[in-house]
Amino acid sequence: MSDKVYPAVPPTPGTEPYWEGAKGGKLLVKWCQDCGKPHHYPRGVCPHCMSTNLEWREAKGTGEIYTYSIMHAAKPAYVVAYVTLDEGVSMLTNIVDVDPGKVKVGQKVKVVFKPSEGGGKLPCFTPV
Amino acid sequence: MSLKGKAYIVGAYEHLTRKAPDKSLAQLHAEVAKGALDDAGLSKTDVDGYFCASGDTPGLGGLSMVEYMGLRVRHIDATDTGGSSYIVHVGHALEAIAAGRCNIALVTLAGRPRSEGMQTGTAPRVGNVQQPDVQFEFPYGPATANMYAMAARRHMHQFGTTSEQLAWVKVAASHHAQHNPHAMLPKVVTVEEVVSSPMVADPLHRLDCCVISDGGGALVITRPEIAKNLKRPKVKVIGVGEASKIQGGGVGLDLTYSAGRESGKAAFEMAGLGPSDVKYVSIYDSFTITVVMQIEDLGFCEKGQGGKFVADGNLISGVGRLPFNTDGGGLCSNHPGNRGGMTKVIEAVRQARGEAHPKVQVKNHDIVLAHGTGGSLATRHVGATVILERE
Repeated sequence: MSDKVYPAVPPTPGTEPYWEGAKGGKLLVKWCQDCGKPHHYPRGVCPHCMSTNLEWREAKGTGEIYTYSIMHAAKPAYVVAYVTLDEGVSMLTNIVDVDPGKVKVGQKVKVVFKPSEGGGKLPCFTPV
Repeated sequence: MSLKGKAYIVGAYEHLTRKAPDKSLAQLHAEVAKGALDDAGLSKTDVDGYFCASGDTPGLGGLSMVEYMGLRVRHIDATDTGGSSYIVHVGHALEAIAAGRCNIALVTLAGRPRSEGMQTGTAPRVGNVQQPDVQFEFPYGPATANMYAMAARRHMHQFGTTSEQLAWVKVAASHHAQHNPHAMLPKVVTVEEVVSSPMVADPLHRLDCCVISDGGGALVITRPEIAKNLKRPKVKVIGVGEASKIQGGGVGLDLTYSAGRESGKAAFEMAGLGPSDVKYVSIYDSFTITVVMQIEDLGFCEKGQGGKFVADGNLISGVGRLPFNTDGGGLCSNHPGNRGGMTKVIEAVRQARGEAHPKVQVKNHDIVLAHGTGGSLATRHVGATVILERE
C-alpha cells in the first residue's frame, strides 16, 4: 500500500490552494468569516449561510473515525472512512499504514500525505 | 388544494429480460412503454406527458426518446434523482395532471449495465470532473458498495445492528423470489449463507448486495375521469413525498438516517394515514442496510430498531408483519439500470391490484407503499415515497 500513487482529479477554479497546501504537508479547511463555521469539501460559497466571505485555515490534522469500510472487492483491499476533524468537520478519506482489521469507529487518527498522480499529495489518515 | 387521489396508475409493465445484449437502450425504453400502454388499454397517441430520468435515457433529457418512440407530448420531465427517480415521477405526474399539463403520463426506465459489463457497486466512477465533490472524493475510492457499507457500519456502532439482522432482509427477499420465474436469484437462502458469503465492502457481504441486471419498466398514470373508463383495477395515488438528504458541509455528519424521514412524512400527511395502515411495502433494496434504514425512517419502527424489526421473517409475506418486495426485489429479482425505484412501484401496483404471485399476494391489499433512495444512502440522496390505494 505504501507505494500506491492515488488518482488525481484536476482542481476547479478556487480549489487550487487546498491541493497546494496538501503538497506542502498542510490540511486546509474552509471557514466562513460570517457564520463562523467550517465546511468540507471546500466551496466558493458557504453551504451553511451562502456567504462568499471565506478563508482557508490549516487544520490541526487530528480527528477520529466516524465510520469506515474495508473494500475487500479491491485488490489490495483499502479502507475508506469518514474522519471527523477536531475542528468539527468531517471528510471522506482513506485510513492507511495500518492493518485494516485493526481499524475501529472512534479511533483517533492523524493526517498523512500520500503521493498522487501528477506529483501532488492526498491527505489520508492513520491511527495515532 | 390537496392532490390526494388526483391521479391513478393505470398501466404498469416490467421487462422480462435480465440480460439484453441484443437490444439498445432506446429499444428497451420503447418496449416497456408499449408494455405499460398495452396493460392500460391505451396507445401511444393517447400519451401527452413523458417522464424519464435523464441519466438512464439516451440523448438530451427525454427529447431523444419522444423522437424515437414517436410521441407527441405537451409536457416533459426528465428529473433524475438516481434510483428513486421513478417514484419521484409518480408525484410529478400527479402534479402535472392536476395542473392540467397532461392527461396521460408515461414514465419509462431502462438500462443494460449487465450487458455493458459494468462493475456497478465496486468500481469507483469519476463522472463529471466539474461535479464539485469529485476531486475531494474520487481519489479515495468511494464506490457504491463501500459508501453504503459505511452507513451500515455506523448503524451497527450506534444501534447494535448485526450482520445477521441485515441478512434477514435478503432471506425474506429470497423467500419471495422463489415464486418469481424471472428472478435472477430464485433460491431461498439462510442467514448463515448470507453472513458467510464473501465480504464485498465490510460489513456488507455479497448477499447483502443487489443483483446487476438489464431491463426496465414503465408506468402509465392518468386523471380520475379517464381511469374510471379503463379496464384495469383502480390504483389511486393518495400520497407522495420527496426530500433530499445531504452531508451539511461535513458539520454534524449523520449517516444513520435517510430522506425517507421527510418524504414518508409528506406522503403519509397527504394520504391522511400512518405506517400502521400500510399492508404491503416496496422498499428500495440496493443493499440490506438500505431497507433497514428506510423502514425506520418511514416510521414502521423506532430509529435504531430496524435490525430487530426485520429479523425472524418479519418481512416475509404470510409470515411477518410487514411483507416487502414480493417480487424478490433488487436483492433477488432484478435491478434494471442500477435503478430500483421503478420495479418498486410496479410490484406495489401488482399487490394493490391483487395480481402478485398467489404465494406472496397479501390478503388485505387496500393500502400499499413504495419508497426508494436515489444517490448514496446516508450521504447524499433523494428519497421518494408513494402511497397507493386500491379502490
